[in-house]
Amino acid sequence: MTVTDVRKDLDALTMTLTAEFAAPVERVWQVWADPRLLERWWGPPTYPATVVEHDLVPGGKVGYFMTSPDGETYHGWWLVRSVTAPHGLEFEDGFADSAGAVNPEMPVTVAVVSLSARPDGGTTMVLTSRFQSREAFDRLAEMGMEQGLREAVGQIDGLLT
Amino acid sequence: MVVVLSDERVFDRLFHALADTTRRDIVSRALSGEHSVSSLARHYPISVTAVQKHVAVLEEAGLVTKRRHGREQLVSGNAETLRLAVRLLDQLERTWRARIDRIGSLLDEPEGEDR
Repeated sequence: MTVTDVRKDLDALTMTLTAEFAAPVERVWQVWADPRLLERWWGPPTYPATVVEHDLVPGGKVGYFMTSPDGETYHGWWLVRSVTAPHGLEFEDGFADSAGAVNPEMPVTVAVVSLSARPDGGTTMVLTSRFQSREAFDRLAEMGMEQGLREAVGQIDGLLT
Repeated sequence: MVVVLSDERVFDRLFHALADTTRRDIVSRALSGEHSVSSLARHYPISVTAVQKHVAVLEEAGLVTKRRHGREQLVSGNAETLRLAVRLLDQLERTWRARIDRIGSLLDEPEGEDR
């Protein structure tokens, strides 16, 4: 099992996952820093991601779209808040319209990634995801909760299961 | 996109209600059973009126329900509403667990073949 711990803080509406990988920190960092690797895991196999923009610097943007089995595309973006290669990354994670422009109607989550070396040469990755704001919840609510959860939070995650 | 939610302010109120330490504590107490407002107030260095205000916010968010019993107002927690928040976090967890599994598989491939 890769994931070793999960914490969900109901008060702060934050979810923290801890995972261990056998690979060294530099290699785990590459799955975030290399767009060709990123697109191999970001979306589910049935909705592969194509990364079209990948500027991993503070204030930089990562743009991508995922393609459904029917050929429909879902666009998303990251806005990079901070990068400390190869150990840390913080970004806002949101949705875009079909042209790749930020969709202000959709909720934004904030992800914080932290990589640290393990004594056995592997890597511990701690990932925290939280809703950026109260507005993010409003948006979810406006979209309809079921629909909102599936499309916005889970990013068509319903198809994963 | 189909809008199905009848009460569109539900998350707004939920988020606001849970943002306060005292209110969170009231919810956790109220989930374990009915408490009168005055007995709740004994746990905090604030007035009964202030506790009443917190309870009103929680009630509006659907986190607690109130009923009158003689001169007392009895407060009990509403687990259903908390479950909404739990589901939200569960969804986040599922998404990221799946991603982490895929990262694991990717890293298991011999180096050099992963691009």
